[in-house]
Amino acid sequence: MSGHISPTSTYFAIFGALMVGTALTVAAAFIDFPAQLNFPIALAIAITKATLVVLFFMHVKYSSKLTKLIVGVAVFFLGIMLTLTFSDYLSRGWFTAATRSTSAGAIVSLTPQPQPAPANAPAPNTAPAPNTAPK
Amino acid sequence: MPDGTIAAPDEHAPHQHHPALQHHFQDLEQQHEASTLGMWLFLVTEVMFFGGLILAYSLYRIWYPVAWALGSEELNIYLGGFNTAVLIGSSLTMALAVRSAQTGAPKATVRWLLLTMAFGLTFLVVKFFEYKEKFELHHVPGPNFHFEGPESPHVQIFFSLYFALTGVHALHMIIGFGLLSVIATMAARKRFSPEWYTPVELAGLYWHFVDIVWIFLFPLLYLVDRSHHII
Amino acid sequence: MQTMVVEKPVTYINHAHTVMSWLLTKDHKRIGILYLIVVSTAFALGGIFATLIRMELTTPAGDLLSADVYNRMFTMHGVTMVFFVLVPAVPAVLGNFVMPLMIGAKDVAFPKLNLLSWYVFTIGFCFTIVSMVMGGVDTGWTFYTPYSSQGSESNVLLTGVGVFITGFSSILTGLNFMVTIHRMRAPGMTWFRLPLFIWALYSTSLVMVLGTPVIAITLLMLVLERGLHLGIFDPRLGGDPVLFQHLFWFYSHPAVYIMILPPMGVISEVIACFSRKNVFGYSFVAFSSLAIAVFGFLVWAHHLFVAGISPYSALIFSFLSFAVAIPSAVKTFNWTATLYKGAIWWKTPMMFVFGFLGLFLVGGLTGVFLASLGLDIHLTDTYFVVAHFHYIMVGGAIMGYFAGLHYWWPKMTGRMYNDTLGKLAALLIFVGFNLTFGPQFILGYLGMPRRYHVYPPEFQVLNVLSSAGASILAVGYVLPALYFLYSLKFGAIAGANPWKATGLEWTTQSPPLPENFPTTPIVTEGAYHYSKREIKVA
Repeated sequence: MSGHISPTSTYFAIFGALMVGTALTVAAAFIDFPAQLNFPIALAIAITKATLVVLFFMHVKYSSKLTKLIVGVAVFFLGIMLTLTFSDYLSRGWFTAATRSTSAGAIVSLTPQPQPAPANAPAPNTAPAPNTAPK
Repeated sequence: MPDGTIAAPDEHAPHQHHPALQHHFQDLEQQHEASTLGMWLFLVTEVMFFGGLILAYSLYRIWYPVAWALGSEELNIYLGGFNTAVLIGSSLTMALAVRSAQTGAPKATVRWLLLTMAFGLTFLVVKFFEYKEKFELHHVPGPNFHFEGPESPHVQIFFSLYFALTGVHALHMIIGFGLLSVIATMAARKRFSPEWYTPVELAGLYWHFVDIVWIFLFPLLYLVDRSHHII
Repeated sequence: MQTMVVEKPVTYINHAHTVMSWLLTKDHKRIGILYLIVVSTAFALGGIFATLIRMELTTPAGDLLSADVYNRMFTMHGVTMVFFVLVPAVPAVLGNFVMPLMIGAKDVAFPKLNLLSWYVFTIGFCFTIVSMVMGGVDTGWTFYTPYSSQGSESNVLLTGVGVFITGFSSILTGLNFMVTIHRMRAPGMTWFRLPLFIWALYSTSLVMVLGTPVIAITLLMLVLERGLHLGIFDPRLGGDPVLFQHLFWFYSHPAVYIMILPPMGVISEVIACFSRKNVFGYSFVAFSSLAIAVFGFLVWAHHLFVAGISPYSALIFSFLSFAVAIPSAVKTFNWTATLYKGAIWWKTPMMFVFGFLGLFLVGGLTGVFLASLGLDIHLTDTYFVVAHFHYIMVGGAIMGYFAGLHYWWPKMTGRMYNDTLGKLAALLIFVGFNLTFGPQFILGYLGMPRRYHVYPPEFQVLNVLSSAGASILAVGYVLPALYFLYSLKFGAIAGANPWKATGLEWTTQSPPLPENFPTTPIVTEGAYHYSKREIKVA
């Protein structure tokens, strides 16, 4: 049965790289990067570490095209799940007259503003009507 | 065969085969390819399984950045960092165990497997103490949850996801530990050789995956706002 | 002079007789039969719930069942039919039996895992039965939060755990099938010589492997929230109930492709055999199966159009939902082209195929209506939706399943059933089905909401028609049970290839040997080589 046999030095080198990556990610966590870059940086380091594990510890670098395709498919569909779900959450409250918040309870209103009430009518309720159908 | 079909069998060849060859397979190579393909597909299901929790985590991190910062601050970065190093070390020893099996060194295989198990157990013990502390501080979601400040409900969501993510991960580690003990026993009985070491390889793939999950969980849970940009 | 002793041929059925030889079998054929038993039981159970629903809906008032009991009825009907009939029926019953035979293999890649799949499936089913006996669930099969996590007092935990367990059966079967198709094809069986049923099963397995884990984790989160008070969907903590819907439907929409792809594969096989003609556009049909599997993952939020999602996201999902109809249409065109200038052989399997073609067409097209945002606002949660998915699921998937059962029954049992009774059953099912669900399109359009046990009196006529149709449908479904069982003892001996069909499964005896083939077959040509001149049929 053939299978690529990596030299032990490779494994120790990858281990070293992973430990460096861990130290980096901890150090980076304490630095206040501008423009909220902390999360993308942490993710980038984690993805790099994971890639090293996949390619060298799990031997994907030396595996068949099918194995590489399978890894790609898994990442792709995870990406689909995250991306398309966030296409909903991140675009809530766009171009509406109501609050621009995307937190729970955001009100998306396409109804026209209420008309000014006649002089002798009681004060109107100015809260915008929720447009979301109860589910 | 490279295209996945089996070679036309020589039906009259003397029936000699490796004891580990299962009869519905034609030869060890086909069995090995099928087994590794099966394990990879299983790992795909695991990616999607954890992915659902990652989706929930990501959404609420965007919605409640303050609560996420507060909750993350409550986690012990030293224990988390230590556990990360331990798990990466266990991945190294696991890779070396597979290599020992590949090169026909059964005693080394057993040693590396036992070391991997020891690292795994260390991780779980540390996790136990972390959970214990959370319990004592009333950070476990539910009727006994208590957190100071107006973000308390959102912090409860953070801790719900913390326990769901690390709990499911720990469950996978426990299963992995059990798996490794079986493999180590087989290795001790000299069942593996350069000709057939598939179970070690498959256990390795599983163990590395569990390590990869933690590689993501550590920064996502422990390192949200250590620079105090938000709080 | 020596006398010849004619022995009864060894088959996968008669080579071992004990109960344990069945319960501990690793033979994919026996496992297919084991699935047949549980799936048929589930079908009968789901049918009983449907009967009670239609009986209640014959009158506008809530006279037979209270609102609470009615809620439990439609929930358990949905849970049983979706998870224990539609998802496993063609893949686990027919796929398990036929797939290794079709590719010339001795068994699936992981026979012990296959048996485990069946045990996991049956245990999950038992959990659900226990839940039913204890009063069932009333949340709808969709388990929407926060009612399922906070409000409902029914057995959500038990049913949720039951479905969670059953999901692993799906995952393991999908995994097994994919590895088998990749690595265990007979010599010469290249990908483009595979029968289209195999392409369908492969695409289905892709969906099973990628989608099922997501509902597993979703149900786990629901169970943790309900049982351990973790707060992930709880609005009182700032959680989003719609997140549950996103996660739930991320699986449950692709799940409907798990339910329809294998029956589509059956249709390809049966239509070729009974038109005596190769399937038109083989590669188009094959790639359409893959396309449906992949595109099916991109459309789930069309179930959330009125749940409060962003209208911009809804636009994207609406567009993608229109797009996903295209590969299905490609298949339908190719099947129609297969019929053209074919020599139609009117046997029972073909009758189910024709039923499928018409009913799937209606179901699929009405799905496109629902994909349209403006229409969906009016039609969602009405009987239009109910009619749409029953046309696909029952008119499509179950028809395809029955076509497959009737096609491969001789191979599985070595016996022929009574074809006249078979055609009668097909006719009763077709007529009964249309009478049951046709009026529901109108009811939905007129505004009758789903999941209500009472309705305004002006809807009664259509509801009575629907219930009457259901009683005919019931007879149509009971009839095959009777003639199939009868055939086991008294049916004509089928022989290896009663339908003069092409395909490796027909080159071996009926019922097959335990190891499928006496010698490994070698494949030299494509899957379909029908010619009206070559094969004369009675």
